[in-house]
Amino acid sequence: MTSRYQSPSVASDGQALPSLRRRQNRLREAAIHRLLVACALVSIFTTVGIVVMLVVQAAGFFKEVSILEFFTGTRWTPLFDPQHFGVLPLLGGTFLTAAIAILVALPIGLASAIYLSEYAKDRVRRVLKPLLEILAGVPTVVYGYFALTFVTPLLQNIFPNMIVFNALSAGLVMGMMIIPMVSSLSEDAMVAVPRSLRNAAYGLGATRFEVATRVVMPAAVSGIVAACILALSRAVGETMIVAIAAGSTPKLTLNPLESIQTMTAYIVQISLGETPHGTVEYYTIFAVGLLLFIMTLLMNLIGQWFVRRYRQRY
Amino acid sequence: MRNGLTFYRHLKKRKLKGNILSLIFLGSTMVGTLVLIVLIVDVLRDGVGWLDWQFLTSFPSRKPEEAGLLSALFGTLWVMTLTALFSFPIGIGTAIYLEEYAPDNRLKRFIQTNINNLAGVPSIVYGLLGLSLFVQALAMGRSVLAGALTLTLMSLPVIIIAAQEAIRSVPEAHRLGAFALGASRWQVVRNIVLPSALPGILTGTILAMSRAIGEAAPMIAISALVYLTFIPSNPLDRFTVLPIQIFNWVSRPQEDFQHLAAAGIIVLLVVLLSMNAAAIFLRNRYQKRTEE
Repeated sequence: MTSRYQSPSVASDGQALPSLRRRQNRLREAAIHRLLVACALVSIFTTVGIVVMLVVQAAGFFKEVSILEFFTGTRWTPLFDPQHFGVLPLLGGTFLTAAIAILVALPIGLASAIYLSEYAKDRVRRVLKPLLEILAGVPTVVYGYFALTFVTPLLQNIFPNMIVFNALSAGLVMGMMIIPMVSSLSEDAMVAVPRSLRNAAYGLGATRFEVATRVVMPAAVSGIVAACILALSRAVGETMIVAIAAGSTPKLTLNPLESIQTMTAYIVQISLGETPHGTVEYYTIFAVGLLLFIMTLLMNLIGQWFVRRYRQRY
Repeated sequence: MRNGLTFYRHLKKRKLKGNILSLIFLGSTMVGTLVLIVLIVDVLRDGVGWLDWQFLTSFPSRKPEEAGLLSALFGTLWVMTLTALFSFPIGIGTAIYLEEYAPDNRLKRFIQTNINNLAGVPSIVYGLLGLSLFVQALAMGRSVLAGALTLTLMSLPVIIIAAQEAIRSVPEAHRLGAFALGASRWQVVRNIVLPSALPGILTGTILAMSRAIGEAAPMIAISALVYLTFIPSNPLDRFTVLPIQIFNWVSRPQEDFQHLAAAGIIVLLVVLLSMNAAAIFLRNRYQKRTEE
């Protein structure tokens, strides 16, 4: 048990403690240290647990279905005869909704980040930021309800032949959900840009808008890229909005007005039913879950790499 | 002279462009607030008529006019109490270890990266972990305990990161002063670091709990879609929670159930907003104290 600071065991009156008490103290310190290490290990075991559980259960799936069929098949019908296990329709649905979400969240989130970091007075910022935090704290099941009962009927006025469950309204609402994330991550990156860069540009006669878009934004670009990637990862892993509003028909399509199914919504669909433990149908959710985990993990790692890059630079 | 004029004309144009775009930036910032207002008004309009005492004290039912969320309300209370009991000590313990004990080596960096990654794992994956680890491998069944343990693993990264920030904000001089007086490491943590970091830790924990309360996806994987007409009486009972009940009502085609869902959402949002208000209150008090 190494500790950075050695503590001399001296009682308050300056006399050395009796050795028994000193030993008790040392034992207590060691026990506490061990307890704290155990706490920290919980997070390691969580990761190990996730990986082992997903790999072992997905192995049960890949015993029956070849990896090639899983990644190249264009039909996903594990619950009907004839069964097909091509994950592409689920992947397609996931990326369709996530892409719509990013198209909404990126411009709006970026613009609000510029406003909050370059324009807003302190008092305005102190009101707006908690509001964005509340928006980020709204449960996703509430967003799902909002998509299905408010946004979909609204969109049906514009696209009369759109079906009730569709990728567009789920994607739009998902975009609104991740606005706060894009905004706060990009704002962090912009705030980190040194004052001197801005002042130099002002000294050359640039307007506030020119400073924001031609000096601050380029300087913060790796933070903005990070915000994008992390928000995309969040959108890919988002579950309830798509489970409620996007439908449950796995389909390989680029038409946002159609009903689709995402990977997460598929896992929910199977979890709701009473699919018997040990069947191929049951193992599908772990194969899909493993793919989802790997995708989001890669995006998070890349995103964190970009965050570290701008932190190092300034 | 002519050059000067074009410069000023150009400058005017640049300033105009800046002003127009600054309005667009302001507008974009307002989009979030606007969405929040529309969402709340929509939910209130749909659900407030269905929100009454009977709704809060009845079990779910096939007849919408008799249905309520009593079992979900108590289920949420059960799961959150247990989750708080598990995640609070483990989360703070990990944060203390990383900030006060762990030497700055590769192991510490590994644990830290690992926690950051766990915070980004989709909640449904935690649901799958809970399903195969707690429900099946450890034979807890689809119980309150399995649900609470799953939510514990899910909220730990958030709690740890928040607690670390709070601990890091305690000035180093306070620690050194205590060490100079002969305090042991644990005495410094318990008597110096924790008391001044506690409000920050609490704020982070409350926010993590309020996120966990609203999580439907992992809870569906654990509990499936149950129709429960009893209140769980021990940690091994089956359970349902508010977001599952809301999801259940949303996914029914009948209009009346949509209204029930909206009423359920109002209850959920009231719970969350009061937790958020508590967190903001704590944070403001804390900030004032450190400014003095």
